[in-house]
Amino acid sequence: MSTFSPELIKDLEEKARLFRRLILEMTFKAGSGHPGGSMSAVDILTALYYHEMRVDPKNPMWEDRDRFVLSKGHVCPALYAILAELGFFPKEALWTLRRPDSILQGHPDMRKTPGVEMSTGSLGQGLSVSCGMALAARLDKKDYKVYCMLGDGEVQEGNIWEGAMFAAHEKLDNLIAILDRNRLQIDGFTEDVMSLEPLSEKWKAFGWEVVELKDGNDMRQILEALDKATETKGKPTIIIADTLKGKGVSFMENKVGYHGRALKPDEMEIARKELEIPGFEVS
Amino acid sequence: MSEKVAKAATRDAYGKALVELGKKYEDIVVLDADLAGSTRTAWFAKEFPDRFFDCGIAEENLMTVAAGLATCGKIVFASTFAVFGTERCYNQIRQTIAYPKLNVKIVCTHSGITVGPDGASHQTTWDVALIRALPNMTVLVPADAPETTEAVKALVEYDGPVYMRLGRTPSRVFYGEDYSYKGKKQKFELGKSMELRPGKEVTIISNGIMVAEAMDAADELSSQGIDARVINMHTVKPIDEEAILKAAGETGAIVTAEEHSIIGGLGSAVAEVLVRKNPVSVEMVGVHDIFTDSGEDVVLQELYGLKSKEIVEAARKVMKRK
Repeated sequence: MSTFSPELIKDLEEKARLFRRLILEMTFKAGSGHPGGSMSAVDILTALYYHEMRVDPKNPMWEDRDRFVLSKGHVCPALYAILAELGFFPKEALWTLRRPDSILQGHPDMRKTPGVEMSTGSLGQGLSVSCGMALAARLDKKDYKVYCMLGDGEVQEGNIWEGAMFAAHEKLDNLIAILDRNRLQIDGFTEDVMSLEPLSEKWKAFGWEVVELKDGNDMRQILEALDKATETKGKPTIIIADTLKGKGVSFMENKVGYHGRALKPDEMEIARKELEIPGFEVS
Repeated sequence: MSEKVAKAATRDAYGKALVELGKKYEDIVVLDADLAGSTRTAWFAKEFPDRFFDCGIAEENLMTVAAGLATCGKIVFASTFAVFGTERCYNQIRQTIAYPKLNVKIVCTHSGITVGPDGASHQTTWDVALIRALPNMTVLVPADAPETTEAVKALVEYDGPVYMRLGRTPSRVFYGEDYSYKGKKQKFELGKSMELRPGKEVTIISNGIMVAEAMDAADELSSQGIDARVINMHTVKPIDEEAILKAAGETGAIVTAEEHSIIGGLGSAVAEVLVRKNPVSVEMVGVHDIFTDSGEDVVLQELYGLKSKEIVEAARKVMKRK
């Protein structure tokens, strides 16, 4: 059923691989950050920015652009890597991550980073912010879409469900949420810390169209899910994407320990081999 | 005050001003959290149903939806009661409104003790303290209904986040309907206080419903032979340092009066200026670190020492320390 060419898939996969490497390199250089969640989300973010969304790196504030809100703001290294590669700002900025004078703060700052649509980092707030953007599109009779990435642990915040009710009430079919279901949060597995299941049923009960994405790190499946999500009429859609935290580096996968710390030098050495990219250098 | 004094509720002025400004500015969008009838945003909703959204009993949603709209160029007014519009969504205000400096006007009614018989659960006397602590926020406490009308106009012209505190019950009106004072049309400027009465021996700096008490206190002090200046400090942040320092230099003693806790509000803001630049003595009239009881606002004002009597006592006390 897929209409996506093998070339497109391959191209996006290669980009995601580059972004994985950049995530690890920039957090390694910074000495801190959140690589684990960045690695689970990066394939979806790559698909959004390189295939799905209407954005113009030369004109970040273009009125008709699609909006993307990174509600799980801590995985901003993934977003920064993509925005830099697209040319929203010079790539050298990546090596200033988390410094006081950097345009790339520890969590997204819309006033400092071109292409960042909302300052996030305190969890649970991006969905309602996205609702506001989607309402504005309707008021202004514009056809842009609003995409919002949520963490799975993040949906334990009450603000998420307030926004979920609001989006359904206002029938915001120009809003697409994507839930990065990597099943891990800081204190352990989500189902041990605070059960989220049955997650699809919860969103359906709140009036949302739910698209279940079996493998949120598989590019073809991601593109198919995004296509499906944009077809919904009269209600908001959420893609629940099963992903793997730390995806792409063997020892990081499905490990909670890499949520909020950079790799150590010996770990970095292994990761660099696993994510070898010809000609890659930290400039 | 023997003659009948004119009274009006600041929330009514807010509701009317929104409707007027809504006609002129198509980008104004108004949000509420199930209190539209009480905050008077329902008047805007009736006139402009497409530009009004009820966010439900969900203040976190209220503030974050407001932020999203503001990123798309909307001038957003978000209203509910002060207790809920500050305390139930403080982190949302901080993260998505103050930090990115978005054009959201948080206008809260039923502030302080004016919410009255609903009691402590509904009374906040630290909302100004909370919001004032946030960078980028402007904080307003208008003195009366005509000043509220002018303030709403100023908010629309100003591109940035604001918290404005309004009351429930009708309160005394000083200014003419056209914002004139003693027959002279005044200009409302954010951050610029107004001297309502000249004086040389002590200065009373007040805002909100306490401006009326300050004026009564100045009358009483005058009858006792004390010449008191009265300043209406409608903007708590950014505070009008110039007027404070001028008053300190010229009168040498300051009394602050606010319908708010003395912790973190107007008194604190004034003291913060004075201790650094001209440490004259200060007395603060306000609520003293307590949860206030149920009761009509006029009763509570007596009960918690928010009357001209306490301002007079404070003035006499502070003058002794000159």
